[in-house]
Amino acid sequence: MEAVVFFVCGAAVIIGALGVIAGRNPVHSALFLLLTLVSIAVLYLQQHAALVAAVQIVVYASAIVVLFLFVITLLGVDKGEAPDDAHPVQQVAAVVLGVLVLTGILVLVHGNRWVTGAHSTRGALGAADSGNVETLAKSLFTDFVWAFEMTAVLLVIAVVGSVVLARRSGHRADAPSAEAHATEPGERSPA
Amino acid sequence: MSALAYPDHITATYYLVLAAILFTIGAVGLLVRKNTLVMFMCIELMLNAANLTFVSFANALNDISGQVIVFFTLVVAAAEVAVGLAIIVAIFRRRQSVNADDVDLLKG
Repeated sequence: MEAVVFFVCGAAVIIGALGVIAGRNPVHSALFLLLTLVSIAVLYLQQHAALVAAVQIVVYASAIVVLFLFVITLLGVDKGEAPDDAHPVQQVAAVVLGVLVLTGILVLVHGNRWVTGAHSTRGALGAADSGNVETLAKSLFTDFVWAFEMTAVLLVIAVVGSVVLARRSGHRADAPSAEAHATEPGERSPA
Repeated sequence: MSALAYPDHITATYYLVLAAILFTIGAVGLLVRKNTLVMFMCIELMLNAANLTFVSFANALNDISGQVIVFFTLVVAAAEVAVGLAIIVAIFRRRQSVNADDVDLLKG
């Protein structure tokens, strides 16, 4: 049963990933990405990571993919790429490089026995059937509390940065009208 | 890779190999595609491969920290997507294109 779930979901992961890079239409790529993300969530469930699987569905499969689809439709780039746009030499080089990377990682996986290292240095996973939200939260708010706070700082910076990026280019587009407003100071004064 | 010949029990090696394949597909896609939106999706694939590795090691070592780190990766991915898509929208407003080859001002 475990093997069946793994091979079905693993095949879905790889098919989705290949669909992302093969699809000419960005909308199709986003939907294949959704297939990959949901299949990975199932693999998380199989590895006693129920909360991570739920967050994967909520954050990745919902928020991030919807954000991608939103931008694709907002920009109106869902028409597909011109097929003569490809550089054949670059594509061959990329595939060769990919094979080299894959070989390197597989040699590392095969040659090392990492899984026999120290066990449960930060706490065990907890009972498999009841989930491990409590253990995870305890570790997150004790061992990793500094990283957690830095995550909050990172999110604030990202939000401010994206707002600044989105506003600045829009401001430049209608800069004359903004200056025209600035020359009429009496219009907005409360007096 | 003799462990892969007996699929009656799924060990961590299976997940690591799957994550390696997923990472490679993402890396190749990042190099091959020119649509910046698809390139971003390939970065998400690579981040997911790393997350799958973290969860696999958490399961293999019975250690919770692998699952905690997945949350940080996820937050970084979300922040990266927000900022990156804002940059793509800003570039699109200037150049009417999301093709990476069109942004070649520094090429000379």
